[in-house]
Amino acid sequence: MTDAPHLTLVKSAVTWPDELFDVLKRADIRQVGYVPDAGHSRLIALCKADPDVHDVSLTTEEEGIALAAGAWLGGQRAVLLMQSSGVGNCVNMLSLVRACRFPMLMLVTMRGEWEEFNPWQVPMGAIVKPTLELCDTHVTMAESPDQVVPLAQSAAQIAFGGDRAAAVLLSQKLIGRKVWK
Amino acid sequence: MTEKTLERRAAMATLLADRPQNLFVVPGLGSTTWDAAAAAGGNDDRDFYLWGAMGGAAMIGLGLALAQPKARVAVITGDGEMLMGLGSLATIGVKQPPNLFLIVFDNGLYGETGMQASHTQNGVDLCNVARACGFERVLDVYDPEGLTVLAGMLRKSNRMLFARVRISREDAPRFLPEKDGVVIKDRVRKAVALLG
Repeated sequence: MTDAPHLTLVKSAVTWPDELFDVLKRADIRQVGYVPDAGHSRLIALCKADPDVHDVSLTTEEEGIALAAGAWLGGQRAVLLMQSSGVGNCVNMLSLVRACRFPMLMLVTMRGEWEEFNPWQVPMGAIVKPTLELCDTHVTMAESPDQVVPLAQSAAQIAFGGDRAAAVLLSQKLIGRKVWK
Repeated sequence: MTEKTLERRAAMATLLADRPQNLFVVPGLGSTTWDAAAAAGGNDDRDFYLWGAMGGAAMIGLGLALAQPKARVAVITGDGEMLMGLGSLATIGVKQPPNLFLIVFDNGLYGETGMQASHTQNGVDLCNVARACGFERVLDVYDPEGLTVLAGMLRKSNRMLFARVRISREDAPRFLPEKDGVVIKDRVRKAVALLG
């Protein structure tokens, strides 16, 4: 097995994932935990191609909370990339963030929120924001490409400046409707 | 299958005796945190004592090991805690961090909740799980000789390893370290900074 084709990325009309990568680089993010996700695919590929970033593919999102805590113990900043369904997998592990006041930056691609075709995505997608807020996470939602960079920059500052969790939800409006072929 | 076991407090004390400055420990929620505190005689700045986050010890160790190549990171947790984060064995097996040592104190019991059986006394073999996840060096430790070998590897090995340490079923008295998570976190970060 190789992780081949990610380097042959074609520049697409959608530029916010590239801009998001630049935000992460400026914030000195050195570890990226992720569960493979269509909406995050370009950002994940950019992270994998960067030798200064440890990319860690996870079996479940809560591993990424623990990974980011460990990274901070070791002096590095991390980000967790996931889909809205993954937020539910993180709930108890977010106790670690609150109990120890770890910085925790999360970028969440939304499902079950706009133009959703799969009803099984709706129950978790509908409760992502209140769930994260119950876990003491600062939450904002980017619904248009021009909102992505300022909200991500702000979230990074809130997380690493404020020693707490901050999440940016990336609306399905940014990612587009999933097309079955 | 051997019936030999080691006593948990003595095993932890042997692993952490004359501990090199760069050996950091992530003990898991419950008994292994009390074992690490007992071995330190209170608190050690290089221990990230877990009072929660069950299933997270191995991944905290991975984040620390990747961030700080000068550190040697020993995750020393129980079988119940490891079973809750079983997927992290696969994640770590893919990353192969050379400075991460995953050690499970296995008594087949959930000690903190009243000694109920865990899957490891009903056919689940964590050594085989680790091998299947890509750990090439897997140790099954059940006697003082094996423990000495493991303690040596913790100090010198530059290869990721998984070790199951078979411990006896006797519960040890609680030995509680610092409970404030912010204090524990900040101490570890300061100890990391001392590595330069």
